[in-house]
Amino acid sequence: MARTILWRLIYALPIGFGVSLVCFMLVYLAPGDPLQTVLPPDANAEMIEIVKRAYGFDKPLPVQFVNWLWRAAHGDFGLSVATRRPVSLEVGGALINTLELAIFAVPISFVIGAGMGTIAGCVQPTRLGRAIDRLVTGTAVMGVSVPNYWLGLVMVIVFAVELSWLPASGMGSNGSDNFSAFHPDDLRYLVLPVITLAMVPVGIIARTTRAAVLEVRSQDFVTTLRAKGLNEWAVIRHVLKNAAPGMLAVMGLQFGYLMGGSILVEPVFAWPGSGTLLGRAIVNRDVPVLQGAILCLSLIFVATNLVVDLLQAAIDPRVRRA
Amino acid sequence: MSAAVSLAPASSSPRPSPTPGYWGMVGRRLRRDPVTVIFCILMLAIILSAIFAPLLAPFDPYKESIILRLKPFGFRGHLLGTDELGRDILARILYGGQTSLLMGVVPVIVAGLVGGTLGVVAGYAGGWVGTLIMRVMDVFYAFPSVLLAVAISGAMGGGMLNGMIALALVFIPAVCRVAETATTQVRNLDFVEAARATGAGHLMIIRHHLLGNVLAPVLVYASSLVSVSILLASGLSFLGLGVRPPIPDWGLMLSTLRQAIYVQPWVCAVPGAAIFITSMCFNLVSDGLRSAMDVRIK
Repeated sequence: MARTILWRLIYALPIGFGVSLVCFMLVYLAPGDPLQTVLPPDANAEMIEIVKRAYGFDKPLPVQFVNWLWRAAHGDFGLSVATRRPVSLEVGGALINTLELAIFAVPISFVIGAGMGTIAGCVQPTRLGRAIDRLVTGTAVMGVSVPNYWLGLVMVIVFAVELSWLPASGMGSNGSDNFSAFHPDDLRYLVLPVITLAMVPVGIIARTTRAAVLEVRSQDFVTTLRAKGLNEWAVIRHVLKNAAPGMLAVMGLQFGYLMGGSILVEPVFAWPGSGTLLGRAIVNRDVPVLQGAILCLSLIFVATNLVVDLLQAAIDPRVRRA
Repeated sequence: MSAAVSLAPASSSPRPSPTPGYWGMVGRRLRRDPVTVIFCILMLAIILSAIFAPLLAPFDPYKESIILRLKPFGFRGHLLGTDELGRDILARILYGGQTSLLMGVVPVIVAGLVGGTLGVVAGYAGGWVGTLIMRVMDVFYAFPSVLLAVAISGAMGGGMLNGMIALALVFIPAVCRVAETATTQVRNLDFVEAARATGAGHLMIIRHHLLGNVLAPVLVYASSLVSVSILLASGLSFLGLGVRPPIPDWGLMLSTLRQAIYVQPWVCAVPGAAIFITSMCFNLVSDGLRSAMDVRIK
């Protein structure tokens, strides 16, 4: 097991390195002089000098990259062009707000998705079984086809504009700094964005779970279990244990989807997370903030995939040997 | 040499046709699958209405009117209402279909060509060339797709062309993987070995023996990417990174109409419904055709 963990870590390192390299190159993708890209439009000569030295634009690219990586590793992503605050502060605060959404949305979608998939995979192919089956497939297709920001907008229209049940946007009267999910007033602001984010992956998780359960149920050992006289619940328990690694892989991917998806959903609810921050950075052409936020989000995604890999190896000896 | 020549025509057709009645079987399966047929017709209707938007649109999509701003459904002939500048929404939806479908199809075609070529080269060459290509792809694969598209087009400064480049870059690694897997599966089979033994060069083998086997999985995969591309493209426009105003585009319309949800809530939801329905059509048709054309299912 220790060797597996070591190998997975060694494999993740170059990926993380490559992801950082791509983020570094974003400044050079921007049209025009990279110096202009990372400076506020009204910067004075002194500021230009400081930024020039900090970024080392006169040095060769590999040296610049190593310098940038070194500073990024210490949490220094430069200054925001728009607000002139350090990028690390802007991104840090926004990431916490995004994670607050993810903490609620991820378990909700996983539990509902896995539950629906298991039921659909275990029911007998009667009339009811086929109906459940069609429901799961239909939800999955709608989940992959729906633009999640539009779903959010429809939720706002129904529950905030038409029914006035829930607030349409923001994080409540206490502001984002004093936000607490345990406070009932603040919790109301979480409901719509969390449901919007959680609804999309439910169908995909359900479909994969159902396929995994059906696949395991068709194997010979299930017949053996029944022949030995186990009751149906015990059989299902065995089936789920064997279907777990496949379900886990999809859930890892969906976690990344949720992080990425929140980019488009957050602006709809004016939720001050990384998505809203990215949206603002795009409008202001604030490349340092864009760079910092993208780097943090993608490294979180790489780390999640690593954790999923390790968890899979932990619960499935076949993965460990591969 | 004669062996190589006689092998060539048999495997150069782009799709496998195991029995003379292959297309008959596909048609028979489709007739038993009404969902795919219905959504296929709907998809064709959407494509045609976008192409013939100038003939179908009841109003000029660019004509603004101060007195007709944000009117409800059916107001004075404006079937789907008007937007915040008094422009007819139905006309803008029809014209917007052109940009949305273009943004859905062009990046997929580009990614199919570039990614497919890279994948075949990586799979056929193997060795350090293959490893290099595939490891570079792994890095791009490590980004969530929305994030990578936003990052690239955000740094490049938005616009329709930059958006298409960003989307193509997002899809290339995935297509490349599919092509590489298909190529490595075929590369070591006996008929390729036989072609090599009879003196066929690399280009000859790739063109006549590999391409036919790689094209089918790549096409099937690429067709499933069209709906993803439509969704991502309108997402970019929604963030202000895609098409620039005043060009009609579904994502852009949604983002500007969003300000008016307290005035005309349901009118504001219309462009999103167009994205949803179109993306669902492409998804279901691609799924349906895939299972109808799969020769392994009996």
